[in-house]
Amino acid sequence: MAVSTDTAPRPTRRADADAYRDEWTDWLRMMLLIRRFEERAGEAYSIGHIGGFCHLYIGQEAVAVGTISALRDDDYVISAYREHGQALARGMTARSVMAELFGKATGCSGGKGGSMHLFDLERGFMGGHGIVGGQIPLGAGFAFAAKYRETEQLSLTYFGEAAANIGSFHEALNIAALWKLPAIFVIENNGYGMGTAVRRSAAITDLADRAASYGMPGVVVDGQDVIAVREATDEAVARARAGEGPTLMDIRTYRYVGHSMSDAPHGTYRSKDEVEEFRQRDPILVLEERMREAGLLDDAALEALEAEVTAEVADAVQFAEESPEPDADQLWTDVLAPVKEND
Amino acid sequence: MATKVVMEALSPTMEEGRLVEWKKAEGDAVATGDVLAEVETDKAVMELVARADGVLLKRVVADGDTVPVAQVVGWIGAEGETIPEGGGTAPAAAPPAKEKDKAEAAPSAPEPAAPAPAPAAGNDRVKASPVARKIAAERGLDLGSIAGSGPDGRVIMRDLEGATAKPAAAAATIGASVFTDLPLSQMRKTIAKRLVQSIGPIPTFYLTVEVDMERAHEAREALLARDDKGKFSFNDLIIRASAEALTRHPFVNAWWMDDKIRQWQDVHVGVAVAVDEGLITPIIRHADRKTLREIAGEVRELAGRARAKKLAPEEYTGATFTVSNLGMFGIDDFTAIINPPEVAILAVGRIEQKPVVANGELEIRRRMRMTLSCDHRVVDGATGAQFLKTLVEMLENPLALVW
Amino acid sequence: MATLTYRDALNAALREEMQRDGDVYLMGEEVAEYNGAYKVSRGLLEEFGAKRVVDTPIAELGFAGIGVGSAMVGLRPVVEMMTWNFALLAIDQIVNVAAKIRYMSGGQIGCPIVFRGPGGAALQLGAQHSQAFESWYAHIPGLKVVMPATPADAKGLLKSAIRDDNPVIFIEGEMLYNLKGEVPDEEYLIPLGVADIKREGADATIVCHSKTVAPALNAAKTLEDEGLDVEVIDLRTIRPLDEAAVLRSVRKTHRLVIAEEGWGFAGVGAQVADLVQREAFDDLDAPVIRVHQADVPMPYNKHLEKAAKVDATKIAAAVRTVCYRD
Repeated sequence: MAVSTDTAPRPTRRADADAYRDEWTDWLRMMLLIRRFEERAGEAYSIGHIGGFCHLYIGQEAVAVGTISALRDDDYVISAYREHGQALARGMTARSVMAELFGKATGCSGGKGGSMHLFDLERGFMGGHGIVGGQIPLGAGFAFAAKYRETEQLSLTYFGEAAANIGSFHEALNIAALWKLPAIFVIENNGYGMGTAVRRSAAITDLADRAASYGMPGVVVDGQDVIAVREATDEAVARARAGEGPTLMDIRTYRYVGHSMSDAPHGTYRSKDEVEEFRQRDPILVLEERMREAGLLDDAALEALEAEVTAEVADAVQFAEESPEPDADQLWTDVLAPVKEND
Repeated sequence: MATKVVMEALSPTMEEGRLVEWKKAEGDAVATGDVLAEVETDKAVMELVARADGVLLKRVVADGDTVPVAQVVGWIGAEGETIPEGGGTAPAAAPPAKEKDKAEAAPSAPEPAAPAPAPAAGNDRVKASPVARKIAAERGLDLGSIAGSGPDGRVIMRDLEGATAKPAAAAATIGASVFTDLPLSQMRKTIAKRLVQSIGPIPTFYLTVEVDMERAHEAREALLARDDKGKFSFNDLIIRASAEALTRHPFVNAWWMDDKIRQWQDVHVGVAVAVDEGLITPIIRHADRKTLREIAGEVRELAGRARAKKLAPEEYTGATFTVSNLGMFGIDDFTAIINPPEVAILAVGRIEQKPVVANGELEIRRRMRMTLSCDHRVVDGATGAQFLKTLVEMLENPLALVW
Repeated sequence: MATLTYRDALNAALREEMQRDGDVYLMGEEVAEYNGAYKVSRGLLEEFGAKRVVDTPIAELGFAGIGVGSAMVGLRPVVEMMTWNFALLAIDQIVNVAAKIRYMSGGQIGCPIVFRGPGGAALQLGAQHSQAFESWYAHIPGLKVVMPATPADAKGLLKSAIRDDNPVIFIEGEMLYNLKGEVPDEEYLIPLGVADIKREGADATIVCHSKTVAPALNAAKTLEDEGLDVEVIDLRTIRPLDEAAVLRSVRKTHRLVIAEEGWGFAGVGAQVADLVQREAFDDLDAPVIRVHQADVPMPYNKHLEKAAKVDATKIAAAVRTVCYRD
């Protein structure tokens, strides 16, 4: 198993839990919000309020929360099509994301993007991309622009473990390392590309090893432990900001649901037992237990958080339901840039 | 499901029709297109044909009944099929016009205002480039009469160079009629408005001439002597000569269309024919392209069918000019009433031998008086006079017609 | 006016726009130290440095995506494809991202990028290096497709393409790089979407672009001796198509030949013919004829290659046909 080449000791949140009460509470709340949001999205999909493809994030919440919490507001985030959780973690409102899933004018992409194409330029959330691996060079491109402009921004690019087998992954990582771009490449490794297990799609199963061939560090991270994710991300962020180039993170996680809404959580490619086993290490449960152990959380506080996020998601659903459809003329807008008055 | 047979609008102006006689009995097999009955319209006796296959299930009206257009007169269906309840009696009111059966059963009647002969019916068989079609329409050319030099005889632009509006040697068939719509000039509008105020909806004036018919008489005698099949009347000659004159004076060969003047390229001469109950004007189409013999034959044939009330609507609508001849009734001269939207009508009196001064001497000659009624909104005095002058020249020298 | 080659006109456009706007940079294989595979970028590395004239690995998909990403956040990259045959490897980024990022994001994110390089056939390069792909890109809403035929157009259009806020596919011609022509001394722009009448005439119209413009003009010259006065319309921009210019000409001449370098099936000419039959049907005196590459992969053998390609003789023959002169 590959590990970070940087072995210098760093301050650890585990040792000093009390100082992190607010931060951990925020993370717990965000993971709960994502979980409840996705559950309601699944319901809305089942009654036809959401159409097309819809890929839920349930089980992977710690990855989004642990990585994005390490970023500056002006950094760039880009993902594939299982990105509701990352959008929420990046601060996009549950209303704007749910409304987009409903295809409404108030959605974050005006109803033109849908579940797979969530965008919020203001928050540096650069999508929601539907072609496997297509976003990886784009993430490198944001990092290129940051370096070109000397802004010390960085880019965080998510993709699944199956995308690590596609050409764009190799081309983008090679160039990013060659040019020392301030980029973090996150393999959100839930074990399956649709129904194909890692061992059936790659000759090596520790994908972080591939980092060595591009000349960048590769780390394997426990993706069910949000604190571990955050600590590993902090290191990658530090490297990028210091101009030392990109990092490849292989964050091991699990989705409890099917690939999309059209398949069962378990079936021909994985067993019910396997899914149940991973549910024992639910990222929300992991953080909850840690906080209880450290005396940072009790039943009342947890119930309060639950009530809060449940209300927030209910409000988002109602907002999405009540929002208007895009105007018919929106069909024709945003194809090309508005014509400039004069150069 | 049984299909209604309705009283169809068989003429442009028909509102009701008398079912003269059923030609099929109840229970007879009928096919689409079979004649079901004869119907007398306001103009003629027409055929009512089947619009469906099957059996004539029911005659709803009897021979001799008069029924409004669109009313059910019978039913066609499968043998033994029952007709809908209430279908066996004549309904109190005609079914709504938009009802499907009616729309299918009643062919759309030609618009009275513009009963142009089926446009492009002839052109559909002609291969022509789109722009050639456009130019031909603009210039009043009959594409069917033009030899195409493109692949498979396609008529193309260059084939139209030098083509004239009246193609020579064209077969006189009822084909496309072509015309030019002239916008009304302010002067034309003012003239029209003032004259209508002065005299009525059609401000008419009259021009009368006397024609020497000696040569026409000689020519007719000579032809008759040569071949007794070469029968023609003076009126046939007048129709032929009028047609020729109309081609040279297009302002007379026109329609007043309220907002424009439609100047026809084709010449369709209506011939007033007296029938028992009044008057009908069968039309000699493309009279300018027909020989005297053709016109004579056609007039006789049309007049015969007119008297028998067997004319089809397209045979008596769409004239561009009319000739009315009361000479056979011994009338010396008279004024005829314009048949709108035409703008002129020629009233022809009898031929009579009378003394005239010719070459300084008194001679007995055959003379005939004609009066042209002109719609002053379109035809001015000088225009009408020039037309008459041409017409007189032709009649006084019939050889000019074949020159 | 100075006489420049097409190559140097492009070079001048790049230089002027890079001087004008610090966000403009050039990226591609061999663009910097090698001065460009076709020397279009000669001297730019010296003037602007490695930060703005960027050599890439041979990784079309990778660097196209990096270019697109940088454009999404506001830079104005010019990405050179050594040839458009290689851009097939990058087409996912062009079609799936550059062309639709603005739409998918509800107008939030644009992509001001130029992809440029030579397209079409040169001489005896065989099937994989001799392809004209303009109709592929012109098919995609959200892209503009520009194809200059002369040095003056090349310069004015490239400058406009770089300043355009949309992704622009800028297809040059290997066989055009040495073409000389007069180029205005003062700065100028040629707007995208405006065709150019390269020759006025009354009897027939040839609509062409890029490498078919010169043979069309040659054909027109030949036909002049035969008494045919031919108008030559250079589209210059395939998308947006200057529909008005085409229709104006056809309404005047009534006969249309469309010449393009690529294959006929679903080609640019098919689009033009569709336009004309729809909007100028009544003005046509003859069926529209298209002249295009033979519907086969390009052969290596030079006689076969010549037989496959569009040339002045084939264009002239088509004009005679629409004029019913054959």
